[in-house]
Amino acid sequence: MRMLTFAKRNAKEILRDPLNLAFGLGFPLVLILLLSAIQASIPVELFEIQHLTPGITVFGLSFMTLFSATLIAKDRNSALLQRLYTTPMTSLDFILGYTLPIIPIALAECAVCYLAAFALGLSLSVNILYALLMIVPISAFYIALGLLCGSVLTDKQVGGVCGALLTNLSAWLSGVWFDLDLVGGAFKRISYALPFVHAVDMERAILAGNFGEIFPHLLFVLGYTAFILVCAVFLFLRQMKNQ
Amino acid sequence: MTAIRIENLTKKYRDVTAVDALTLSIEEGELFSLLGVNGAGKTTTVKMLSCLTAPTSGDAYLLSKSIIKDTAEVKGLIAVSPQETAVAPGLSVRENLELICGVHGFSKEKSKEKINELTSLLGLDTVLSKKAGKLSGGWQRRLSIAMALISEPKILFLDEPTLGLDVLARSDLWEIIRSLKGRVTVILTTHYMEEAEALSDRIAIMKDGRLLICDTAEKIKEKAQTDRFEEAFVRIVKGVVK
Repeated sequence: MRMLTFAKRNAKEILRDPLNLAFGLGFPLVLILLLSAIQASIPVELFEIQHLTPGITVFGLSFMTLFSATLIAKDRNSALLQRLYTTPMTSLDFILGYTLPIIPIALAECAVCYLAAFALGLSLSVNILYALLMIVPISAFYIALGLLCGSVLTDKQVGGVCGALLTNLSAWLSGVWFDLDLVGGAFKRISYALPFVHAVDMERAILAGNFGEIFPHLLFVLGYTAFILVCAVFLFLRQMKNQ
Repeated sequence: MTAIRIENLTKKYRDVTAVDALTLSIEEGELFSLLGVNGAGKTTTVKMLSCLTAPTSGDAYLLSKSIIKDTAEVKGLIAVSPQETAVAPGLSVRENLELICGVHGFSKEKSKEKINELTSLLGLDTVLSKKAGKLSGGWQRRLSIAMALISEPKILFLDEPTLGLDVLARSDLWEIIRSLKGRVTVILTTHYMEEAEALSDRIAIMKDGRLLICDTAEKIKEKAQTDRFEEAFVRIVKGVVK
């Protein structure tokens, strides 16, 4: 009950900010339309709709980090969290209350991308449902990253770290915009040591129906999600104690 | 009956002692002010009493519940209106009040009843559907106090409730705080001498984490041999009066 009340409040705060809607839903949509237009003029395999859409859905999740980190940092700054820490709410209420409402927003972002992709020629298939389902663990990684950043950074720092740095890292190291084989070497090795490209490769494999290819990508995603979640919970509880 | 009993409460941050063996008691229904210059230990004291910060040593009992051993019970007895307005900016005034009712586990009926009561008490009727983030500082403070009162606390902590408000808004809030006297035990921290003098039953003056004096405004002036409370405060803090 307490957690749900808090989660409802967090969802309202995120959805009532027009900038969040513009970035969370509008920006990925614009990217699909723009890159599909480029693909129509200069065909590139990477930008074919069945390759592009899973990549954009994953890239769009980097805004979920921005949403959750901004909300937490602002709540810390405005002392709303301090007020709530003096109520009977538990640590679990706070962590779930910040995490759960962003999962449906992430799913909505992906659903909007797939709807646009239909309009641009993506074939309707049950694999889309599986791809949407597997967005949940990926979004958990991005949301946990937001919980972590929101627990240690100010709302201004969050803008720089999550808004600029993470979105760029998530774009460059994910193989969405260019084939990582084109760069190769250390860049490719670093990319494959991080979860972004694994998340994209996993979603591409699911959409293509190549379920055997989701490993080891799924393990990378789940491993990073678990690691970041543990760090995020630790840092959130630490800032809670430091009040 | 004693609402708060503080026994040798101490908070140390590495080599800094923010609160040093504070011992005092506050009666139920009393409006008690904590006064002091910056760094005196007022906010740290409030944070310890409201279970936000664990003391280094000592303990305090709020209606006989220890802030160390009975944290959950203490949280059910208190409410805090922090120095910052601490409202959810994207929610309306009504939704902010509903949020606090929800985290306290109130039923729909009780929430409605409490929101009507607090709206009326704090004159929030006209701004009920407005977004909290769009309200003026004075209205946000009113909302902040309403959010603290809605959980029916036995003990209310008001940390600098009139900080940065204009004269009229401050006067309005004074009236609201006065109306709580006798019903709720109120612990007020403030920088404003006239505020503490006008509102408080008793005042504690702190410096460098230590309690210098704790008495009524009249007795404090008497001890400092002056008619002006501000002068009495300066004399006590500067050590002119022991």
